Amino acid sequence: MKVEAMMKTEVISIRKNVSIEEAKKLMESHRIRHLPIVDEQKNLVGIVSDRDLVLDRIPNQKSPSDIEVQSVMVKEVITCHPYDFVEELLSIFYEERIGCIPVVKDNEIVGMITERDMLYTLIQLTGAHQPSSQFEVKVENVSGRLADVTAVIRNHNVNINSVLVYPGETDVTKVLVLRVQTMNPIPIINHLKSEGYNVLWPDTSGEFV
Amino acid sequence: MTKPIFVFSDQLLSYKFSNHHPFNPLRFQMAYELLKETGILSDDQIVKPRKATDEEILLVHNKDYLNAIKKAGLGQLPESLRSSFGLDTDDTPIFKDMHEASSWLVGATLTATEQVFEGKTKKALSLGGGLHHGFRGRASGFCIYNDSSIAIEYMKQKYNARVLYIDTDAHHGDGVQWAFYDDPDVCTFSIHETGRYLFPGTGNVSEKGAGKGYGYSFNLPVDAFTEDDSWIPILEEAIDEIVKFFKPDIIISQNGVDAHYWDPLTHLSLTMKSYRKIPELVNRAADRYTEGRWIAVGGGGYDIWRVVPRAWSMIWAEMNGIELQGTLPEAWLTKWQEKAPVDLPSSWDDGADLYPSIPRKQEICDKNHVMLQRTLQHIRNEKKSV
Repeated sequence: MKVEAMMKTEVISIRKNVSIEEAKKLMESHRIRHLPIVDEQKNLVGIVSDRDLVLDRIPNQKSPSDIEVQSVMVKEVITCHPYDFVEELLSIFYEERIGCIPVVKDNEIVGMITERDMLYTLIQLTGAHQPSSQFEVKVENVSGRLADVTAVIRNHNVNINSVLVYPGETDVTKVLVLRVQTMNPIPIINHLKSEGYNVLWPDTSGEFV
Repeated sequence: MTKPIFVFSDQLLSYKFSNHHPFNPLRFQMAYELLKETGILSDDQIVKPRKATDEEILLVHNKDYLNAIKKAGLGQLPESLRSSFGLDTDDTPIFKDMHEASSWLVGATLTATEQVFEGKTKKALSLGGGLHHGFRGRASGFCIYNDSSIAIEYMKQKYNARVLYIDTDAHHGDGVQWAFYDDPDVCTFSIHETGRYLFPGTGNVSEKGAGKGYGYSFNLPVDAFTEDDSWIPILEEAIDEIVKFFKPDIIISQNGVDAHYWDPLTHLSLTMKSYRKIPELVNRAADRYTEGRWIAVGGGGYDIWRVVPRAWSMIWAEMNGIELQGTLPEAWLTKWQEKAPVDLPSSWDDGADLYPSIPRKQEICDKNHVMLQRTLQHIRNEKKSV
């Protein structure tokens, strides 16, 4: 999945001579926590977050209406491109400990991505936003296992909403997490069990949840 | 004092996908006959349903969807169009005259609604209804038209009512919740097995409504293997606080009975003890806060032999202030035991040895209690600040 598919394209931006007070108001009225700062050509020159605008970081004596955002903005902005992959962005958010990444194309800002957008994308990837049942299958870490399992599901005329492959506790196994579009996954589960698969699904012993 | 009414006719038994589909109308007939044999359902309390009109179905559903269901029932919906209406699956496959069958179920719940609002009764039972997974434009989870959503919209428009919907099916009542998610005049409350594994996956405690309806959707997801001892007290607290907070004109309760230990589709461990208690709690809330007005509908329930007839009978008994004790009528047991693939229980209550004890019991209890706190947090905070 590419960045352009999930970014917000209505970007609220400001110029560098805007006061801190105004920037704060803008953040509050749009319920956002980051404002990119652009020049006449819409080129990105900096970014401020709500934390950059808190008073104890601002030089004394002056009031927030007299200070321009350029004095507190971050100039070395971490950006991404609309064609970058979502997976790459996840690492950037994690490693750089930031909350927002502007999307830049030909020097111009074309979108914004926040941590929250990333989480929503993850929800979509898990398929949990559509009516479905979930079960997990622990399989050997060898080629063809996913195809074997999905072939069983195909026999039951059930659509698969999502597939995630988790690493197992060791390299020997993997866990397939499947969301299937049915209220009654029991026939599939029984079928998989009868073929010897280790299906992780709450059983009556109460040991597994 | 008016008598409760029971909506029933043979047309309601025509909602049937296939012989091997888990959603089987035979359970409704079994419940009806059980009540008859027990002698607590008199003919003057039975009201025949009317069929819902297209206009009424369109109170909630899209026109495209209605037309697709009509065509599908005549075998005229092209295969390429089926998946976008949710009709390409084994959950909600096409069956002959499915529009008519579904309209009867909606009509049954509307009949119950009219009986109550026109003052003919305070309490009405429509066991054919409770199809809470039906979406505006899509069939889902064994449900075509969402009778409860339609009845709620009907009550709002025709009688200007504030409606509390209580859903105790093991699955989240997603269709009804999403239909009124931004509506402050309809409050939905669903207690269900967590969506971690179980269909439909939604019903998280954080789903509290949107816009003006924020704070009017309540979800209480409980852990797999939850038992009576945990379910009953948290349900009691939740109903009590929600009804006080919302002050409805009427309660409509969805009575899926698939949280029973024997139900093949879910992982909860309730017994008849809970199915005695659920209608009692709802009835008490109605008597205290809605001048007794209560409409009960059916819902899920896939152990049709051992669970559904007994559990649904409890709702009717509660409405009529009757306590069912001891053994089931001999004639009913004899008739249905011949057809049943399992041994039918002979008494109204389940034995204490229904299932082996659950090792994680205390942990499950504690987790459910924390969840209850989160479900009710926003109304509890509001109370404190007043």
